[in-house]
Amino acid sequence: MANSIKVRAKESDGSTVVKALISHPMETGQRKNSKTGKNFPAHFIQELTCSVNGADVLVADWGTAISKNPYLSFKFSGAKAGDTLKMSWVDNQGESDSVEAKIK
Amino acid sequence: MNNKRRSFIKSSAAAGAFGVAVSAGLITPRAVLAAWPKAAFEAKDLDSALKSALGGTTMTESSDITLKAPEIAENGAVVPVTVTSTIPNAESITILISENPTPMTATFKLGSNTDGFVSTRVKMGKTSDVIAVVKSGDKLYSSKLLVKVTIGGCGG
Repeated sequence: MANSIKVRAKESDGSTVVKALISHPMETGQRKNSKTGKNFPAHFIQELTCSVNGADVLVADWGTAISKNPYLSFKFSGAKAGDTLKMSWVDNQGESDSVEAKIK
Repeated sequence: MNNKRRSFIKSSAAAGAFGVAVSAGLITPRAVLAAWPKAAFEAKDLDSALKSALGGTTMTESSDITLKAPEIAENGAVVPVTVTSTIPNAESITILISENPTPMTATFKLGSNTDGFVSTRVKMGKTSDVIAVVKSGDKLYSSKLLVKVTIGGCGG
């Protein structure tokens, strides 16, 4: 699951806006597979962490009610253009991914 | 020959046990996810979800929280929700959907420099209140909005 995260961070007037798009099925475990009659097993991101220069700016706990291919946007202050932003996630099946981006 | 086979089984059994021990120790996501509030996310009703996620159900309705979501969501699988809060020292923003099978949707723990703003997309099973709860100190502030859903986003 490499490169599942697309992230962009833009700084202006001291405030940085982060926008991220992650490709992930976000399966709830309640959807039925019509071929087997069983439910698709749950598969969703449980924890998403975003840090800048090593300090956490956002830690999110997610449940199954976050949409497929999640979108997330948030803002923080105190960073400047050129700083490194790191975003990573871990899902309920133990898969994970992370990405680094420079703040513009 | 037979003896060799015996010892092979023995050693592989031992290796198997060892492997289990190692992998148990190595399942880092489990360790990381110790903080993931399983009980809150599995709670079937709003009150117990709130209780296990935030430690209480006493919330103050606050006009400092702006909850933005469509009044009518045509597709419940993708409902954009934006929460903006101007409450000082906000520690976390939690989003709950009262009529979903498990109301708890997400908690965003904010860093000290992070603004009270998150925007994401959620799934809604049917027409329901979307509730945003902001934790600041020991207090909980909330805001809710009714979103009408024409096609559900949970299940088939």
